[in-house]
Amino acid sequence: MRYLPNSPEDRKEMLRATGRSSIDELFAQVPQDLRLHESLQLPGPLSEAEILEFFREAARATSKDFVSLLGAGVYRHYRPVVIDELLSRGEFLTAYTPYQPEISQGTLQALFEFQTLIAQLTGMEVANSSLYDGSTATNEAVLMAMRITGREQVLLARTMHPEYREVIKTYGRYLGTRVKEAPLQPSGQMDLHRLDCVVDEKTAAVVIQSPNFFGVLEPVSEIAELAHKHGAFLIVAVAEPLSLALVKPPAEADIVCGEAQSFGVPVAFGGPYCGFLATRDRFVRQMPGRLVGLTKDSQGRRGFVLTLVTREQFIRREKATSNICTSQTLCALAATIYLCLLGKQGLRKLARNNLAKAHDAARELQAVGAKRPFTGPFFNEFVLETPMPAGDFLRACEEEKILGGLELERFYPEMKNHLLIAVTEMVNKETIDRMARVLAGFGVDAHSSRLNGAAAPVRSH
Amino acid sequence: MSQSGGHNGRITEAIPHITRNEALIFERSSAGKTGAEVAPLDVPPVEAPEVLGKDFYREDIDGFPEVSELEVIRHFTRLSTWNYGIDTGLYPLGSCTMKYNPRINEVVARLDGLATDHPYIPARLAQGCLGILAETARCVAEITGMDAVSLQPAAGAQGELTGLLMIRAYHEDRGERRKYILIPDSAHGTNPASVTTSGYEARSLKSNDRGCVDLAELERAMTPETAGLMLTNPNTLGIFEEQIREVCLRVHHRGGLVYMDGANMNALIGIARPGDFGVDVMHLNLHKTFSTPHGGGGPGSGPVAVKRKLEPYLPTPTIEETGDGFYKLNFDRPKSVGRVRAFYGNFGMAVRALAYMLAYGADGLRQVTEDAVLNANYLRARLSTAYDLAYDAPSMHECVFSDRRQAARGVRTGDIAKRLMDYGFHPYTVSFPLVVPGAMMIEPTESASKAELDAFVDALLAIAQEVKEHPEVVAGAPHSTRLSRLDEATAARKPILRWKPS
Amino acid sequence: MYPQEFLYTQDHEWIRVDGTTASIGITEHAQKELGDIVFVEVPQVGSQVTRKESLGTVESVKAVADVYSPVTGEVIAVNPKIQKAPELVNTDPHGEGWLVRVRLKDRSETESLMTADEYEEYLKKGSAH
Repeated sequence: MRYLPNSPEDRKEMLRATGRSSIDELFAQVPQDLRLHESLQLPGPLSEAEILEFFREAARATSKDFVSLLGAGVYRHYRPVVIDELLSRGEFLTAYTPYQPEISQGTLQALFEFQTLIAQLTGMEVANSSLYDGSTATNEAVLMAMRITGREQVLLARTMHPEYREVIKTYGRYLGTRVKEAPLQPSGQMDLHRLDCVVDEKTAAVVIQSPNFFGVLEPVSEIAELAHKHGAFLIVAVAEPLSLALVKPPAEADIVCGEAQSFGVPVAFGGPYCGFLATRDRFVRQMPGRLVGLTKDSQGRRGFVLTLVTREQFIRREKATSNICTSQTLCALAATIYLCLLGKQGLRKLARNNLAKAHDAARELQAVGAKRPFTGPFFNEFVLETPMPAGDFLRACEEEKILGGLELERFYPEMKNHLLIAVTEMVNKETIDRMARVLAGFGVDAHSSRLNGAAAPVRSH
Repeated sequence: MSQSGGHNGRITEAIPHITRNEALIFERSSAGKTGAEVAPLDVPPVEAPEVLGKDFYREDIDGFPEVSELEVIRHFTRLSTWNYGIDTGLYPLGSCTMKYNPRINEVVARLDGLATDHPYIPARLAQGCLGILAETARCVAEITGMDAVSLQPAAGAQGELTGLLMIRAYHEDRGERRKYILIPDSAHGTNPASVTTSGYEARSLKSNDRGCVDLAELERAMTPETAGLMLTNPNTLGIFEEQIREVCLRVHHRGGLVYMDGANMNALIGIARPGDFGVDVMHLNLHKTFSTPHGGGGPGSGPVAVKRKLEPYLPTPTIEETGDGFYKLNFDRPKSVGRVRAFYGNFGMAVRALAYMLAYGADGLRQVTEDAVLNANYLRARLSTAYDLAYDAPSMHECVFSDRRQAARGVRTGDIAKRLMDYGFHPYTVSFPLVVPGAMMIEPTESASKAELDAFVDALLAIAQEVKEHPEVVAGAPHSTRLSRLDEATAARKPILRWKPS
Repeated sequence: MYPQEFLYTQDHEWIRVDGTTASIGITEHAQKELGDIVFVEVPQVGSQVTRKESLGTVESVKAVADVYSPVTGEVIAVNPKIQKAPELVNTDPHGEGWLVRVRLKDRSETESLMTADEYEEYLKKGSAH
C-alpha cells in the first residue's frame, strides 16, 4: 500500500525485536470472542486515479454550474489562488497544535496576526485564535456571558440566524439556561420596545446578529444601552464579516463573535469554517479557545506561545471555560492570508462592490414586481417578497442555472414567499437581469393581472 | 571580522538571516499597497455613507495591513519554515495519531462542486455532497459496529458533548434523572470538561494497578444516580481494557450507558469493533484515525456513532436515503438533542476521510492497525532498556514511559522532549496521562518507517546517556532551534495578545 | 524556613493569627511545587470563606491550584499588589506574597492546624514515600 513505509522484511525484523512470534500475538489482550474474523464491508482499495474519479463523479451531482445567490451565513467570495498554495505547505498543513513553541513559530505567529486582524475588524481589544464556526462561537459567547454575570437568562434576537439560535438552545438545555427570543419590527430589526420589556436583572446577555439574518444592520449602540442598563452583556454575532470593512464595528458590545468563512474559506457544503470571538481585555481570562501571546526566548528574541492555557480543558478538566480543544487553525490561516492579500484598501473596495451590487439587484428585482419588506439598511444581503410562490420562482431560476436565494418560510413560517438573497462580487449584472426576466415572465404567464403595468426591465445582450 | 564567503574556509552564518527574522505582517505594511485586485463594478457605484447611513458607516480600519502579493507569499512561506510537520519527519505525539495526510485527499476536497456547494441548495442538487456524507457515515458505522452515525460534531470534544447529551436525553425520555458520569482517572481532560458542559457531574474512577478499569470500583460507583461510564479503549496508556465486555455489562445492569472516546481507534480498525463490546455511543476523530490534516490545530471532525436505541436522539438533521438512491435531510426528529452546530458538520473533512478509507479498503485498514501496533511495540521493546515503562501491561498503538530514572538526575520529561528537537524529531506527548508521574507518551502510527523509528530510538538512547553524563545539556535544550525556550510565565502574567502600532 | 508564629495546613496554606483577624497565604513548599505563578484569584472584600473550602486559586503556567481556607470568616482585605505582581507569591510567599486577611469566626478552628515544626515534619514524611 502506497502510504505505508515498511517492507515485509522490516515488519519481520520488528516483530522479532518485540519477542512475539506473530502479528496476531500483538493483539493478545483483545479477547478472541471480540475479534473480527472477517473483513469489514468497506469499499476500496482504490488507486489514486480511481479516487479522483470517484469524487469527480460525486462533483457532477452538485450545483457547480450554477450561479448562487444563497447567503444566510455562508458567502461565496472569490478566493485568491495564493491561499491554497500557502495552505498546502506541509509545515502548516501537517503540524499539530503548537504546544512546542520552539518548532511551531510559524503557526503561532500567523495566529497572533489572525487575533490582531479580528480585533481590528471588530473594534474589540482582544480576539482568540478561532473557534469551530459562527454558531458555536456565538454559543461560547453566551456561556462566557453567563459565567461572568452569574445569570442564567439569555435573550436572542429572532433576527439572528435560526441555526445559531438552535445551537444555543441545545447547549443550554441541560445547563439551566433560560432562553427567550425577542421579535422583530417592520424594519427587519429587533423590536427595541419589546426588548426593553424583557431584559431585566436576570438577563446574562442580549444576543443579536448584525448584519442580521435578513441582511439588515441592527442599531447596536441603542441595544447596547438597553442591555447595559440592566447589567446584561451585549453579544453581537457577525456572519458576514466583510461588512465590517465598511460598517462601523459593534464597539459597544461586550463580545463580538461570528463566522470568518467569508475570508477565503471555501463554502464546502457547510464546513469546515472559522468561528471567532473577540472581547475586552478585562474578560480575557473567561474567554474560550486558544490564545497566542507574544513573549521572548531565553536570549531575548521575540517569539510566540500559547498562553493563559490554564483556562483550557487539559488543565482545568471539569472546571475549564469550555470543553473545546480544537480550534480551526488552518481556516484561520486562510482568513489571515486572505485579509493580508486584500489589505485595508482591497477589503474596503470589495465591500463597496458588494454593497453596490446588492443594492442594484434589489432595485432591479423590485422594479419587476418583487417587494422589499424590510426597510432597515443592508449590506450585501436582503429579503424580497415575490408576487408568486417563492418556490416556483426559485425553480424557474434553476432552469436558468441560478440559485436564486433561500425561502425564509423554512425558518419563519409567517414569511410566505420571502426570499433571502445575497449578492457578492461573484454574481454579475447579467445574472440579475436574467432573474428579473424570470420574475417578469411569471407576471406575463400567470400573474399578468397583478403585474400589469410593471415595466419589465428586459435588457438585450 | 571576515568577508562574505568564508572564514577559515567555512561559510559563516549571516545574522540576522532573512528567513529566520520575518517581521509581523503589520510591520511590513505601508499605505497604498495591495495583494489582490478587486474586479471592476458592472453596476453603478453607490455612496456607502449614504446607503448605509452615517451612523453605520465606517471610515477606516485602523492598523490593517497593506502589502503586495509577493510579500504575502514570502511572509507565510518563511513562517511555514519555522514549523515542524508530519511532512518534515516523525511526529510521535501520543494520543494525537499524527499519521501521513495523503495529498489526494486535499485535491478531491477542493474539487469544484464539493468545495463550492452551499449548504442550503435544494436536495436534488446536493446529491453529490449528501452521498459523500452518507457513504462516510456508512463506513464509520461498519468500522465501529454501531447502527447510526451523525457527522455534525465539529471536533472530538463536540462529539463527546453530543454523545453525552444523547445519554441524557435517553434517560430523561425514560423518566430517569441521573446525575453522574464516571470517568477513569487516566482520561483526557476533554472528557470531564464535556461532562460539565452537558450538565452532568464528572466522577473520577480510580484505575487498577494494570492501568485499567477496576471492576470493584466500578461496581461501587454505579449507583442509580450514575448515568453512565465514559472511557477510552485502548485507554490513554495504550492498554486495551481486557474486561471491556464485563465493564459494559455491569454499567448496563445498573441502567447506565457506555460512552467510548474513539481517540485511539487507530489500534482497533479491522481487529475489533466497539459496537461488539457493548459500547452504546462513541465518537471518532477524523483528524486522528482517518488522516485529515491537523492543520496546526484544526479543523477537526468528531462524528458520533450510536446503537439503535440512541438513534432517535441524534442531532438534527440526519441524512436519509429514500429508497431509490436519493438522499435527503430529515429535520423532523422530535426526540433529537437538537443541533450542535450550524449546517451538517465539517463536510470537507468527511471528503478527506472517505478518500482515505477508499485508498486502503478493508484489508488495507487492518494492515494500518497492525503496522501502528507493531511500530509502538517495536519502540517499546527498544526503549525499555533506558526508560521505565509506566505499566507492564501490553501496549497497543502507543506506549507510555515515565521519566523516573532521569528525574532522579534532575532531568524531566519536558526536558527530554525539548532535547529531541535538537536531534530533529518532534517530541512525544509530555506529562500525559496524569496518572503517570513524568509521562512520556509515544505514538509512532503506521506512518513511521523502521529506519525512522531506529533513528528516533537512537536519539532517545543518546539522550538517556546525556542525562547521565551532561544533564545540563538536556535541561537547557533545545539548542539548535530558531528560538530557545520561551518565557511562558511573562506571557501569562502580562498577556500581549495582539499587535499594536508602537 | 517556616516562620514559627504561623500555623499550617496539610494543603500547604499558612495562616498568621493576630487577635481576631488572620492573614492567609500559600507556603514556600507550595510555590515551589507550582513553579512560576502567573495569576492569583482571590475573593472580594466582604465575602465569606469557609474552612477547608476553596477561597481562590493560584495559577502557574500549566497548573491551577485551589487555595483552601484554613478558617471560616469574612474577608477584610486582599493583597493589593498580588494582581499586578503575582510573582510575589514566588519570591516572598510568607511575606509580601500573602493573599487575604480575614476576620475569624471561631478561633478554635486554628487548634487543629500544624505548627511550623509539625509542618516541616509533615513535608519530610511526604517526600519520603
